[in-house]
Amino acid sequence: MTALVIAEHDNASIRPATLNTVTAAAQCGGDVHVLVAGHQAQAAAQAAAQIAGVAKVIHVEGEYFAHGLAENVAAQVLAIASSYSHIVFPATASGKNIAPRVAALLDVGQVSDITKVDSPDTFERPIYAGNAIAIVQSLDAVKVITVRTTGFDAAPGTGGSATVETVSGVADSGKSVFVGSEIAKSDRPELTAAKIIVSGGRALGSSEKFHEVLEPLADKLGAALGASRAAVDAGYAPNDWQVGQTGKIVAPQLYVAVGISGAIQHLAGMKDAKVIVAINKDGEAPIFGVADYGLEADLFAAVPELVAAL
Amino acid sequence: MKILVPVKRVVDYNVKVRVKSDGSGVDIANVKMSMNPFDEIAIEEAVRLKEKGAATEVVAVSCGVAQCQETLRTAMAIGADRAVLVETAEELQPLAVAKLLKALVDKEAPQLVILGKQAIDDDCNQTGQMLAALLGWGQATFASKVEVADGKATVTREVDGGLETLSLTLPGIITTDLRLNEPRYVTLPNIMKAKKKPLETIKPADLGVDVAPRIKTLKVSEPPKRSAGIKVPDVATLVAKLRNEAKVI
Repeated sequence: MTALVIAEHDNASIRPATLNTVTAAAQCGGDVHVLVAGHQAQAAAQAAAQIAGVAKVIHVEGEYFAHGLAENVAAQVLAIASSYSHIVFPATASGKNIAPRVAALLDVGQVSDITKVDSPDTFERPIYAGNAIAIVQSLDAVKVITVRTTGFDAAPGTGGSATVETVSGVADSGKSVFVGSEIAKSDRPELTAAKIIVSGGRALGSSEKFHEVLEPLADKLGAALGASRAAVDAGYAPNDWQVGQTGKIVAPQLYVAVGISGAIQHLAGMKDAKVIVAINKDGEAPIFGVADYGLEADLFAAVPELVAAL
Repeated sequence: MKILVPVKRVVDYNVKVRVKSDGSGVDIANVKMSMNPFDEIAIEEAVRLKEKGAATEVVAVSCGVAQCQETLRTAMAIGADRAVLVETAEELQPLAVAKLLKALVDKEAPQLVILGKQAIDDDCNQTGQMLAALLGWGQATFASKVEVADGKATVTREVDGGLETLSLTLPGIITTDLRLNEPRYVTLPNIMKAKKKPLETIKPADLGVDVAPRIKTLKVSEPPKRSAGIKVPDVATLVAKLRNEAKVI
């Protein structure tokens, strides 16, 4: 039994999601190999080789791998898939985009968003926006899996000494072409890895207020910024700040929900936080049902007061 | 251009489901069912493309029990021209659905298939991508903007760090994300018109597809419960609790 982890990387380094995925892959039993498919990705391949518990890194180079197009990465995985019992992706936008192509090409089912490995063929995963947990068993010989990174500790990024094998890439499928991207750069911690998150809802009322009220609090706490779907839909926050069932899944030490009502779909993304604080002037808001500490107050008064008190 | 739009009948998004006490699954008896919200967005996008003149026909398809007909009538009320129901009482998992859809695509020859990115019941997020792979087509998932011209779709996608734009050669697969569009309200005249639109019912065997599940559900349980929290009277108390009790700051 050997597991292949498809690394999440930016060619220069390995993204943290890969580390949690390595942990999950290791729990499936057997060795763990990591595939780094990219463009000028030597540094990422070298970094992958240092992850504790990784036995081998397979490095594939190609200009058409530069942006992780699903058709190309999936075809590359297929080219080396025959010896693996588990093919494991982080449940990131990239992993979720690529994994099912691999499963279909191998004619196997896929187990999405696992939170626990019970045995090499049995996994736990949330369903119905996390209102139920299913224990499922894969009946296929090869398991294709996406991993909810908040369910697993990150493997140490150093201490490993895997061999790096360079493999020639499959051809460019040409079916899709990367045109451009708008990826925000921020000094704040990444939302899915942050220890503290300050998250705002539609009650903030405008993009200006969203940033004006919440940024000082996030600064004081060294926190990442998140948002509810309503706030993103209204244009107060960018799409990649959305926490929820179909947005980011987070499990920080502290989640501060400001002006967020607590719809089922939002809770799905944050109810595994260790400590939840809710600030909302509606005392009946569902968010108070999950909050450890609830402050029924006007956020426009309470948040600046909180910033001053910290 | 013909557009095929698969739609799924799921527990309505407002319903908070309960787990059955025997752990065999979620209790959906007598629970309100609706079209998967992402699939509504898919139908809306296809209909808009038709209204812009970029498509000539929108065909809705659903796989499942006979009541999926209601979901298909809703799709036609939004503006789909006709519908196909692949009727079965078997449990259908994404790989099986992708195979059924591939057989239909081979028959119908659409230039574009638009699907919701994930169903809000199983939260799998697999079917569109699997269908694309089985067809050997390209894919643009989690779409927040779609433009079609000259045999290509320019699709803006919501990804982890922001937005990404791809150019997809057609025929291809697009899956919808929340902000692609806001589906129109279905009007009563359109609901009445939809009752007269063609709805064809076929079986998985007619398409030559084996729909046997590949993943077995052993048990369904409730998630761990959080212990009840407290309301704090003021900011000072909140800070004290976070510092001294919870020790998170």
